Amino acid sequence: MAMLEIENLHVTVDGAEILKGINLSLSGGEVHAIMGPNGSGKSTLSYAIAGRDGYDVTEGKILFRGQDIVDLSPEERAAEGVFLAFQYPVEIPGVANTTFLKEALNAIRRHRGEDELDAMQFVRLLREKVKELGISDEMLKRAVNAGFSGGEKKRNEILQMSVLEPALAVLDETDSGLDIDALKIVADGVNRLRGPDRAMLVITHYQRLLDYIVPDHVHVLAHGRIQQTGGKELALELEKNGYAAFTGNTEAA
Amino acid sequence: MSATAETVDQVNTLKDEKYKYGFVTDIESDIAPPGLSEETIRFISAKKNEPEWLLAWRLKAFAYWQTIEDPDWQKPKFPKIDYQEASYYSAPKDMKDGPKSLDEVDPELLATYEKLGIPLREQEMLAGVAVDAVFDSVSVATTFKAKLEEAGVIFCPISEAVQRCPELVQKYMGSVVPFNDNSFATLNSAVFTDGSFVYIPKGVRCPMELSTYFRINEKNTGQFERTLIIADEGSYVSYLEGCTAPMRDENQLHAAVVELIAHDDAEIKYSTVQNWYPGDENGVGGIYNFVTKRAACRGRNSKVSWTQVETGSAITWKYPSCVLLGDNSVGEFYSIAITNNCQMADTGTKMIHIGRNTSSRIISKGISAGRSDQTYRGLVRMANKADGARNYTQCDSLLIGDRCGAHTVPYIESKNASAMVEHEATTSTISEDQLFYLRQRGIDEETAVALVVNGFCREVLQQLPMEFAVEAQKLVGISLEGSVG
Repeated sequence: MAMLEIENLHVTVDGAEILKGINLSLSGGEVHAIMGPNGSGKSTLSYAIAGRDGYDVTEGKILFRGQDIVDLSPEERAAEGVFLAFQYPVEIPGVANTTFLKEALNAIRRHRGEDELDAMQFVRLLREKVKELGISDEMLKRAVNAGFSGGEKKRNEILQMSVLEPALAVLDETDSGLDIDALKIVADGVNRLRGPDRAMLVITHYQRLLDYIVPDHVHVLAHGRIQQTGGKELALELEKNGYAAFTGNTEAA
Repeated sequence: MSATAETVDQVNTLKDEKYKYGFVTDIESDIAPPGLSEETIRFISAKKNEPEWLLAWRLKAFAYWQTIEDPDWQKPKFPKIDYQEASYYSAPKDMKDGPKSLDEVDPELLATYEKLGIPLREQEMLAGVAVDAVFDSVSVATTFKAKLEEAGVIFCPISEAVQRCPELVQKYMGSVVPFNDNSFATLNSAVFTDGSFVYIPKGVRCPMELSTYFRINEKNTGQFERTLIIADEGSYVSYLEGCTAPMRDENQLHAAVVELIAHDDAEIKYSTVQNWYPGDENGVGGIYNFVTKRAACRGRNSKVSWTQVETGSAITWKYPSCVLLGDNSVGEFYSIAITNNCQMADTGTKMIHIGRNTSSRIISKGISAGRSDQTYRGLVRMANKADGARNYTQCDSLLIGDRCGAHTVPYIESKNASAMVEHEATTSTISEDQLFYLRQRGIDEETAVALVVNGFCREVLQQLPMEFAVEAQKLVGISLEGSVG
């Protein structure tokens, strides 16, 4: 069974249809890249998978491990194992990163019928993860993303992913706003989390991220539909030729 | 209906029934007949075996009260209060009338206590469970009392203080909040039934946080309580007031008076967590919490710090204030006010700088949700002799939803050119981005709101003593249940 099976997905935002019949299938262990021009519906796809309010599924299904999750709340999807690494991670002033992570992990554990971790157990787990990703303790004490640099915010997303251990990770423009060094660090973190039980959907505008996170499949999204699917070499082609072939002069989505 | 509203509602139903029963059986002995007259006041004074001077003071206040009207400049409006309808003396509910054990207490109420993490023993006290002799003899209150007496600290009901140390009470009572201060303080002066009295002798650092929790005999304190705290030279005390559970208060108006006096080098830290019954979702019922709280920093280098977490009551109307008389004295006000459903609040502080180099700090965090409305109203006054005085004020408002209101009304009066006054204010909303981000990590919506709001209030929560802070944080979440979605 596929980890994620998207069938004929239509999504409307503010009355406008943005996604017009997406089909996509990811198995465990696979990394798929979605590439496309600005305004093609990339972020809409990620929000639709995560269940954000205002992204209305008018047709089609999102099957996660065989279950249609369209009617689930964002927190239920998260607890089932869907993770979205945000393009613009949100600042939560006054809430310590550690507090937030513990709250999130225990919410998910409760959902799964597992015991909550106490403060000591959690700190132990967190230390381990932090060490793997080369994140400073100081960053854990600070308020969630507040005053973080672009690189720190993205690294914080990867830390959350590593703590929450989702089955499906959607990375929305994880490379945006990163210089090359930061990009390498983040990509390295993502690669560590690749594994047979996890599928990843990497959404990006540029090919350069895919030099570091090498995908198994590449899809081109334009006008709310997958226009072409191929191997990692497709990304290189796009880099060379741009998206002109897919955008043309037709409507901008 | 949200879980909290339901709980409160059930508690309310319970209390209505109790009230009816209680009234019928107790009327001859412990409850004064409804109405307010000189007779009522003489009755109260006699019940408490008060000295002549106190009765005279009460009567003076009552005579004055009859000549004045309640103020009406506040933002939350309410129908005129019929003072003749209420009963002004009701002895603490007799233990034998209360539930015999926690088994007899409304399970919804207990569920709320549990959410707040209140220990079983305190739950019993809060719910008014009869405390048996065995329990009493090992009670924390008794243990603490001995320890306090050893330090020379006097901590007792004010009616007891009137008997034990009348000279202290007579000297200080009404010296910070005079009987003619405002109509509610005047009424309180005439009819107050009980409250706390604290005296910390010279140079003593009170060995523990004083809390109304540990005053078993006071758990059913009436609606007109009066608190008087005196910190003598070089002493320190931290006092925690209130209770973090819905209280079954039979009466609508809660008009308390709190007076604090800090002498040279003394410090008083006064923390309140107020969670009176807020009324139902449609604004029916609930407490009018009209309290006059004022501190006099009389001594050099004295300091008073007010911290309040106001989540309950239909209307909260209070301005815990500091009169900074002593040179170098310091006044602080840290406030969190949360209003939900139809609650209203008009709260803030007054910092009156009279002495030289006095300083004050005001941090106010207001959270409005539902159809509620709140106003921060504050006065910073620099008198002409307050050379080098400073004030810093920060007022932040957070709005949840689009039907609530937040207003900031800062009054600044400076008669001294060397005084410095700073005021900062922000208004923000909980963003959909923040909620979605937290929910995407598995945190449900209500917990997400509680997290964001707790983050917003962090500076104030940090001022609370540790064990209180934890309860206050949970309370923030509970108060906002049902405010989104």
